[in-house]
Amino acid sequence: MQNAQLRLKSVSSQATTILITLLGLLVLTFVIGRMMPADPVRAIVGEDATRETYEMVYHQLGLDRPIWEQFLRYLGDVLTGDFGTSIRTGQPVMQDILRAMPATIELATFAILIGAGLGIPLGVTAAVNKDKWQDHIIRVFSLFGHSMPIFWTGMIALIVFYAHLGWVGGSGRMEQFYIGMVDERTGFLLIDSLLAGEMDVFWSAVNHLILPASLLGYSSSAYITRMTRSFMLDQLGQEYMTTARVKGLSRGQTIWLHAFGNIRVQLVTIVALAYGSLLEGAVLIETVFAWPGFGQYLTNNLIIGDMNAVMTCVLIVGVIFIVLNLLSDLLYRTFDPRTK
Amino acid sequence: MTVKDTDMPRQASQLPSSLLVLRNILTFLMRSPTSAFGLIVLGLLIVIAAFAPLIATHDPYAQDLANTLKAPGNGHYFGTDELGRDIFSRLVWGSRISLTIIFLVSIVVGPIGMIVGTTAGYMGGRLDTIMMRITDIFLSFPSLILSLAFVAALGPSLNNAIIAIALTAWPPIARLARAEAMTFRKADYIAAARLQGASDMRIIFKSIMPMCLPSVLIRLTLNMATVILTAAGLGFLGLGAQPPMPEWGAMIATGRRYMIDSWWLVTFPGLAILTVSLAFNLLGDGLRDALDPKQMNRR
Amino acid sequence: MEKPVLDIRNLAIRYAGASRDSVRGVSFTLGRERLGIVGESGSGKSTVGRAILKLLPTAQITADRMQFEDIDLLKTSEREMLKIRGRRMSMILQDPKYSLNPIQRVGRQVAETYMRHFPATKAEAKAKTLAMLEAVKIRDPERVHDLYPHEISGGMGQRIMIAMMLLAEPELVIADEPTSALDVTVRLQVLEILNGLVRDRGIGLIMISHDLNLVRNFCDRVLIMFDGQVVETLRASELDNAQHPYTRGLLAAQPRIGDRRKMLSVLDRRPEWSQEVTA
Repeated sequence: MQNAQLRLKSVSSQATTILITLLGLLVLTFVIGRMMPADPVRAIVGEDATRETYEMVYHQLGLDRPIWEQFLRYLGDVLTGDFGTSIRTGQPVMQDILRAMPATIELATFAILIGAGLGIPLGVTAAVNKDKWQDHIIRVFSLFGHSMPIFWTGMIALIVFYAHLGWVGGSGRMEQFYIGMVDERTGFLLIDSLLAGEMDVFWSAVNHLILPASLLGYSSSAYITRMTRSFMLDQLGQEYMTTARVKGLSRGQTIWLHAFGNIRVQLVTIVALAYGSLLEGAVLIETVFAWPGFGQYLTNNLIIGDMNAVMTCVLIVGVIFIVLNLLSDLLYRTFDPRTK
Repeated sequence: MTVKDTDMPRQASQLPSSLLVLRNILTFLMRSPTSAFGLIVLGLLIVIAAFAPLIATHDPYAQDLANTLKAPGNGHYFGTDELGRDIFSRLVWGSRISLTIIFLVSIVVGPIGMIVGTTAGYMGGRLDTIMMRITDIFLSFPSLILSLAFVAALGPSLNNAIIAIALTAWPPIARLARAEAMTFRKADYIAAARLQGASDMRIIFKSIMPMCLPSVLIRLTLNMATVILTAAGLGFLGLGAQPPMPEWGAMIATGRRYMIDSWWLVTFPGLAILTVSLAFNLLGDGLRDALDPKQMNRR
Repeated sequence: MEKPVLDIRNLAIRYAGASRDSVRGVSFTLGRERLGIVGESGSGKSTVGRAILKLLPTAQITADRMQFEDIDLLKTSEREMLKIRGRRMSMILQDPKYSLNPIQRVGRQVAETYMRHFPATKAEAKAKTLAMLEAVKIRDPERVHDLYPHEISGGMGQRIMIAMMLLAEPELVIADEPTSALDVTVRLQVLEILNGLVRDRGIGLIMISHDLNLVRNFCDRVLIMFDGQVVETLRASELDNAQHPYTRGLLAAQPRIGDRRKMLSVLDRRPEWSQEVTA
């Protein structure tokens, strides 16, 4: 009973934390939005509007109100799901973003599969062979991935693998030729093309996805490798590893059945956080590969100073991060018996 | 924890022992080939930046429209760009911009992080909660995206890029300084200072901050790779240093149009960024080992 | 005397990179009896235990003879050792808080020994496990089977450790400080359980400990180690007649209830004792 009470208390305190963080996020995006040099009124009414029209729109937008009132208004809008209209596209911002999101999710999901698929085995190998040549090579390999400017690696990879070798597709999500051939049902091109039974489109999409996803994955594998290595080292030094050996398990079995088994939960939380950071790489890689996703939408609007769009994008990234943090925390609590 | 041990004697006999610690760390770093590589590259970067006018073969801004997009060779080590400027010289001068960014970000981020962190850690209570909440909000963004948003708000320029990076880089420092301050808060000599009637302000500035300094400096080094990459990324997106400045990221952005035929336009600036950020990462990795007592004691 | 379970002659162990042997010239035989190895920390007693199980991958082990039943331990490969460890010889480690895997249910960990060495279904292994838990006097084996290590007490943890290590009915068990991490109140209880099982099943036991009183009460013979060497071997009942000054020093340093309270003597360690066996 006391346990249930404690649990309730921790849940409610966590809820407060999240609410405060969300509020802070909104303040931050609001401030960024107000600081932007572009004149939102001018952007709406155009360059040659009369003074009266200008004043009217200025008033309509509430820009003549005190700043805190403007914030409350923004808060109210956000809470009712109104994120404003994009000046560039003339569409509600949220609609734009939702349309761009699947492309980014498709890219990020493939990237994280590659990143975890690379990073976890490498991290285990490095830990098992601590301070031997394998460890050193893996360390340099993963630091290399962490150090490369991904926008540059993207270009070099395009030159080499697309322009010279022709192994992969170039920029965009598919060949120009195929655009518009499949109906958008989910927005995920791989799924949509399969649903439509268009295998050519599907393979074209895979061909275009593989290069940016590999690069993003490689860069995120650095973090995953490092964390896996340090988690494994913690476990390998534990006495229960000796117990397992005494029972007659081989070294490989103790490593995979006991040590690795014990870090699985931690790894899931790490991969969840790495998934969030992929958004960062996505902004740059999408620009290089002309990938019509969230990152490109954000940068395009940044450059022209589309306030509503930028504010909402920043807000969304923040929310995604908070959700991923929360999720990894939750996973940890659910699957680690010690936290019960 | 790790830093505390090595720096306890520092409090007692100021300079000599701290120099000794520095020398020990340097010896340790030079013993591992990877961190030695990091140190040497960064040393080289500083030398190149300091003697840029002597090392550069051309004026980085001098256009030579008769010699545009020339491949490496013929007096142009790394070739020329679309306006006939010598890429090698631009890279050499660009190292000054990189060092400026690193320097300015450090002197902004270090103190802000220190003050927020030590104050929160030392004072504790409500102030601590509020300050850490704010820190967490900043931490809940990937740094590049937040810097992007700030630059968009401030307007694209090198200075604003530096401000934006600094604004996003302080929270991890603050977290670290807070953790350190919390361990020192309970130390006897702090209690002694308080009993003597020293004000909180004085204790924070005179006793706590010097103790947190070493670990903060290391953390700053570790962050520099990210700073370099973020700055280059901003330059690439056209939100950082503006042309014709020879900033490496911006050079890649302009070179992008010609990359298929003139690979050298993007290749060399990219290699420069990669080398410097790799050097910082390797150095940071070595520093982490150097300051981990478990590692130090091992043969 | 019957054929010994374990016969060790002139065992020396050197850790990788060390300048001298950590253990030198250790010889002893073990029948179906209880042998105590006593020494201070760092005397090499635990190293001897791990060397017998060949669990010192980086150390160099040399001996004139290392015979375990029908097996020459000096010649067995790691592959063969996998069939021996846990099945024919096993080891009880010091602290159940660390020696049990924290995120696996204890029943599963005990059953793992069985699954590893016998072709059995999960249900058979579980039945075996429950029986073994009962044998170590765990009252509610079904419930305990599904608990995690952090949910049980130290005494129960060590009984589970015993169950795990005796499940495959080995011929030799090495107990490395089996009770020093436990509360004084449960030490005796755990030792009684271990003692009973070892006696009933005719298992050879090597009890490694720093506690002379404990060893003299539970062992048939005692080996006294100092600085990597055996300085004296005695029957436990004749411990009071020890000849070597180090053993006498150890005995004198034991407080005794009922004695007049005089100053306890401080242990004397002479460098020449390190020399004498090799010399």
